[in-house]
Amino acid sequence: MKGLLDTVAAGRAALPQTTGYCRGKSMKKIDRRAFLKRSLSIGAGLTGLSAACASAGPKNILSTERMGVLVDTTVCIGCRNCEWACKQAHEIPTAPIETYEDKSVFDAMRRPDDKALTVVNRYADRTRPGVSHAVKVQCMHCARPACVSACIVGALSKQENGAVVWDTAKCIGCRYCMVACPFQIPAFEYHKALQPRIMKCDFCFERRKCGKLPACVDICPVEALTYGPREDLVGIARSRVRRFPKRYVNHVFGEYEVGGTDWLYLAGAAFADLQFPKLGQNPAPGVSESIQHGIFAYFIPPVSLYALLGVLMWISKHNPKTDEGA
Amino acid sequence: MQALMRPTPMRVKFVTPGVVVLILLALNGLVFLAGRFLFGIGAVTNLDNQYPWGLWIGLDVAAGVALAAGGFTTAALAHILRREEYNVVVRPALLTAMLGYTFVAFGVMIDIGRSYYIWHPIVMWNGNSALFEVGICVVIYVTVLYIEFLPVVTERFIGQMRLWGALAWLNQPVDRLLRSLDRGLSKTLFVFVIAGVVLSTLHQSSLGTLMIIAGPKMHPLWQTPILPLLFLLSAISVGFPMVIVESLLAARSFGLKPEMAVLSRLGWMTTPLLGVYLAFKIGDMFVRKTFVHLAELDLQSVMFVVEVLAGVVLPLRMLLMRRVLKSPALLFTAAMLVVAGVALNRFNNFVVAYTPPYSFGRYVPSFGEISVTVGFICMLALLYRAAVMIFPVISRPDRSLAPKDKFTVRG
Ligand code: SF4
Ligand code: SF4
Ligand code: SF4
Repeated sequence: MKGLLDTVAAGRAALPQTTGYCRGKSMKKIDRRAFLKRSLSIGAGLTGLSAACASAGPKNILSTERMGVLVDTTVCIGCRNCEWACKQAHEIPTAPIETYEDKSVFDAMRRPDDKALTVVNRYADRTRPGVSHAVKVQCMHCARPACVSACIVGALSKQENGAVVWDTAKCIGCRYCMVACPFQIPAFEYHKALQPRIMKCDFCFERRKCGKLPACVDICPVEALTYGPREDLVGIARSRVRRFPKRYVNHVFGEYEVGGTDWLYLAGAAFADLQFPKLGQNPAPGVSESIQHGIFAYFIPPVSLYALLGVLMWISKHNPKTDEGA
Repeated sequence: MQALMRPTPMRVKFVTPGVVVLILLALNGLVFLAGRFLFGIGAVTNLDNQYPWGLWIGLDVAAGVALAAGGFTTAALAHILRREEYNVVVRPALLTAMLGYTFVAFGVMIDIGRSYYIWHPIVMWNGNSALFEVGICVVIYVTVLYIEFLPVVTERFIGQMRLWGALAWLNQPVDRLLRSLDRGLSKTLFVFVIAGVVLSTLHQSSLGTLMIIAGPKMHPLWQTPILPLLFLLSAISVGFPMVIVESLLAARSFGLKPEMAVLSRLGWMTTPLLGVYLAFKIGDMFVRKTFVHLAELDLQSVMFVVEVLAGVVLPLRMLLMRRVLKSPALLFTAAMLVVAGVALNRFNNFVVAYTPPYSFGRYVPSFGEISVTVGFICMLALLYRAAVMIFPVISRPDRSLAPKDKFTVRG
């Protein structure tokens, strides 16, 4: 165990120290930023063609420097502090942190929703009595996100720092992203008549912009969550599996699933037992995008169909047999 | 025969007992619609974070688009292939498509959380999104449908402008406007007719692409990369049956003699279309070996079997029989089965087949959702009735009531 914690610590120490310098600063700055953004989006709504809308389509940047988080479910103690911190960071009302000690919530499986962007579930081990696995669930920040490909207006985008974020100024609330996401993550505010939002983990985009850690990573008391460049995290995960083959199943979930995700998981039991979805390695949007682009390849198919029909029409018009009625 | 038939506005009383029922059902739908706009989608529907799409997308939108396919199939038949004898069904089919798509737009409008942003896709593009493609095509196609319908409007009002009172001065200029519109349209309408067919094939198939991205969340009986093709083929094969159903309903409702000669030929032409669709549907099942799921005997397998047997195989068999083609009642039954089968297929694809890994109980449409859908269908029927009473849509034998107007244009 000690060796393991060393690795974890080493892994963290090796990361660029992006944390800290902004930690003590007051929330005011962020508030102002949020306010600015909000007024911008109102402007966008009014003019319809603001800077936000001018860039057509999602950006879908895939930087090799992008960050991720390695969730080690064998370290997680199920304290659910991350749930509380996440709500705090996203202005979602929450009960005081003391109430999170209540372990009865683990009785039923929970999913992230519009009131909780991340939840922790606990699963009893199937073979070893008394052993259980706590699994934090949130958006996986896919490298090739289905939600980004699907969104009708490009309200979802993959950012350079790895986060998949949602833009309230564009979203029309069609919920196609929810249909598309292979991890069933985006949630919708069904009980709002005005400006219902798509709610999902945004990898603490605003916090990270000023150098802070994601709120859940920051609060985790046992360092079950490791924040860092995704490429490094894959290395750390692999070395942990190699060094402690008894502790882990030999699988880094997210390394290859649906084309790779920026959040990665290690576990001490088969991922299927922990209710991870069974997914292939092809990016989720692959098939639909190639069909879509096949139908529209440079507009050749529609234009040729148009021409063909025009010719047909011309022929039948000049065909004496069918012409009699005209 | 062509010379004897002529589109005329129906002259009947608008309100009948049936119409009163339709109005009541429409009002009931409006009540729940008000609830949706006042308290949010969650207040009226059973949708949740596990099942984001339900009855409104599955029926109002997806089935609505499919059943409006009569518009482009008859337009292709009568205008592109120039089979003039089918002109009598073009206008009713066009009107259905126009009203149908209008209600599809309403359906989208009420289902999206931010209805007031419905114009966003027009300026914010995401070419990767199948939904974006469907949205844009539908917007353009609705416009094209309205343009295609314009000749019917000009035919009705040229030389017939009878505004009175303070508006009487408008009669002259409006008449002149209509006449120039009419002249322009008779030369250019073919552009729109072809565009309508192209746009229809595009978005009918893209509607099938929609669910592909859901991947394993969609039941394997329906999830296939050839979904766009299946959607297109089924849309093409439901076009004529929809026209048959409509014509027979209208004939009964307005006390006309059904156009059996035309309708039974339409029924006959449906068989190869339906056959091709069936071949692809069954072929796909064997290629992907999904028939193993049929043995599971759950909701999905039962719905699949019902969809294929009652919605495709049975009507196909019926339409191959001479007796069915000759009898209005049997033809109606067969056509209705095709229509219901395709509607069920769309509902299955978008709702029944959607089986997400995490779920807290299956989605079942709420009373409110059903009310709104029923209300929309009733409103559509009412508008159809009103439209055929105002505009020359339905053809009836010309008993030399009036000499042929010299501005008559085929729409
Ligand atoms: S997990 Fe779902 S919501 Fe998150 S990036 Fe991937 S597709 Fe999008
Ligand atoms: S609900 Fe919003 S974010 Fe999701 S696909 Fe629709 S427009 Fe995009
Ligand atoms: S990264 Fe931020 S938004 Fe995502 S779960 Fe952690 S605290 Fe919540």
